[in-house]
Amino acid sequence: MTSVDLDGSPRTDLVTPPSASNHPPRRRRQSFRVWRSRGGISAIVFALPALFVFGYFSWAPIVNAVIMSLQKTNLVQAATWVGLSNFTYVLQDPTLPQAALNTLAFTGLALLFGFPLPLFLAVFMSELKKRGWIYSVLAYLPVVIPPVVAILLWKVFYDPSTKGLFNSILGGVGIGPLPWLNSTHSALPSIVLEATWASAGGTVIIYLAALTSVRTELYEAAELDGSGIWSRVWHITLPQIRGVILIMLLLQIIGTMQVFTEPYIFTGGGPQHATITVLLMIYNYAFVNNDIGAATALSVLLALVLGLFSLVYQIATRRWSTD
Amino acid sequence: MPTPTRRERRNQAEAEASERGIISFADRKRLGVRAPLLVVQILILLGLVVTGLGPLLWLFKAAISTTQDTLRDPFALFPSGVVEWSNLGRAWSQSGIGHYLTNTGLIALGQLVATLVVCTTIAYVLSVLKPKWGRIVQGAILATLFVPGIVILVPLYLTILHLPGTGQSLLNTYWALWLPGAANAFNILVVKRFFDAIPHELFEAARIDGAGTVRVFLLIVIPLSRPILGVVALLTVMASWKDYLWPLLVLQNPGIQPISVALPRLAMNSEVSIQMASLFLALLIPVVLFLIFQRQFLRGVGLSGGVKG
Repeated sequence: MTSVDLDGSPRTDLVTPPSASNHPPRRRRQSFRVWRSRGGISAIVFALPALFVFGYFSWAPIVNAVIMSLQKTNLVQAATWVGLSNFTYVLQDPTLPQAALNTLAFTGLALLFGFPLPLFLAVFMSELKKRGWIYSVLAYLPVVIPPVVAILLWKVFYDPSTKGLFNSILGGVGIGPLPWLNSTHSALPSIVLEATWASAGGTVIIYLAALTSVRTELYEAAELDGSGIWSRVWHITLPQIRGVILIMLLLQIIGTMQVFTEPYIFTGGGPQHATITVLLMIYNYAFVNNDIGAATALSVLLALVLGLFSLVYQIATRRWSTD
Repeated sequence: MPTPTRRERRNQAEAEASERGIISFADRKRLGVRAPLLVVQILILLGLVVTGLGPLLWLFKAAISTTQDTLRDPFALFPSGVVEWSNLGRAWSQSGIGHYLTNTGLIALGQLVATLVVCTTIAYVLSVLKPKWGRIVQGAILATLFVPGIVILVPLYLTILHLPGTGQSLLNTYWALWLPGAANAFNILVVKRFFDAIPHELFEAARIDGAGTVRVFLLIVIPLSRPILGVVALLTVMASWKDYLWPLLVLQNPGIQPISVALPRLAMNSEVSIQMASLFLALLIPVVLFLIFQRQFLRGVGLSGGVKG
């Protein structure tokens, strides 16, 4: 680890110049100006760690992504500009339609399983006063399990034989045995089911936090007008947290569009490409085929799609979210 | 939404306890409301126990069962009458779970230090020192929030392979995780908002007493912001513990890999009982950490929602 250049690494705050003027200030105005001039330098020193890590590991790679998507390189010879040919290559790849469809299906299913349920749970849990924390802890427990551990565990649950854990539950009520990850039809939903289990708790807690800011005076008025519990939830509770709901929906969509770990460990994209996602394709381009140009072109494409989508989403929901 | 100060939070907690919810206090006392509410409450609790706690309990059982027992009847409790506690010891030493957990801990600890240093120093600059160029830097940092992580995956990997300007390679060193991990705009935003809420009269007073920028930072800002730093620390350690794709790419030397990267490889080469024991050991630390710091965790997660909204 000593080989690493420590210049500007997160330790720099220790080498800030010692305060130059320890003598008591004669006049406040002047000392303030001294402080300002000194503060100017220390501001730069204090900013160095962040400027270093962002410069090297965030801003430069973002710019490089765009540059590399327009180049052909084998990392040995100098890169050559190839215009948009990486993009046309990626768009003509016969696996792309399948991967794009799978990614969309993954997102759609994840919303179907993972959007209404956490919202319902959070609204319900916000009504519990004293024992609410037990519900929160239980709901959040799957979220703290490392994803790899959860996936390997669920792989055992999804054992397609009649002795498999899920199949023996279903067998008890006369269903199955289901092939789970082994069939082209059920592999993707199986993966989404696990992913939803693993992430729903976090969504619940975020909604729960948002619900604490709901103004409660309105309930009284609504009650006097004779509105029932469901109508109070629908007309008072949910509208007050719709800003958070809309953002969470968008973040869920953006997050699930970039799913990698679950399909990679569960199925590796199989069976017969039934669970290949755009991210798996990017991974394969870059780290299996060593085609850096195609990999960055596809990631830039995905980012553009996501950016365009969130723009349209923001515009489409603006009126609704600010009313 | 500004980060609530401690007093605001206490008021909020008090208000929650005394304020009515969707269902009024009078309604709560009526049997026609109370009975169904109780039934729903119990049903949801059961559902959460089965889905939240169930898999953990089953895994614990499987971790100390023989392979045959787990495969033949997953729901029976030790049908062959053998409780194999030795699975845990074998997974710990023979599969090297202990070693990989140590790696994971080292990675998480370094990530914690790197993240805290970066986000407190830059938040101090943006919130307290406020130089003229601060707005540009802040804009550039916030802009990274809108760039999906996937975009920089490949270029970042190449940066790690050959650090531009130095010719060094960070591949197979923990710096490859710590430094990019510290470039986290979300943490900076959270910490900056907290710093913004510290009354600036404190800084003025310290300045009049002759304290320099470094002393204000170390003796006033950092001690006052312990609650938020605790939240950032927990979320950072947890995220580092859960990370998979990035360490898989940059730590190719098996001896230095964290548990997440090592587990799928180990799982392929070991029998089911050892596999289950390994999984159990791998989730024990995060789960225990969560149970100890549950309030801080849940507050931190709720806070992240507030920032996103």
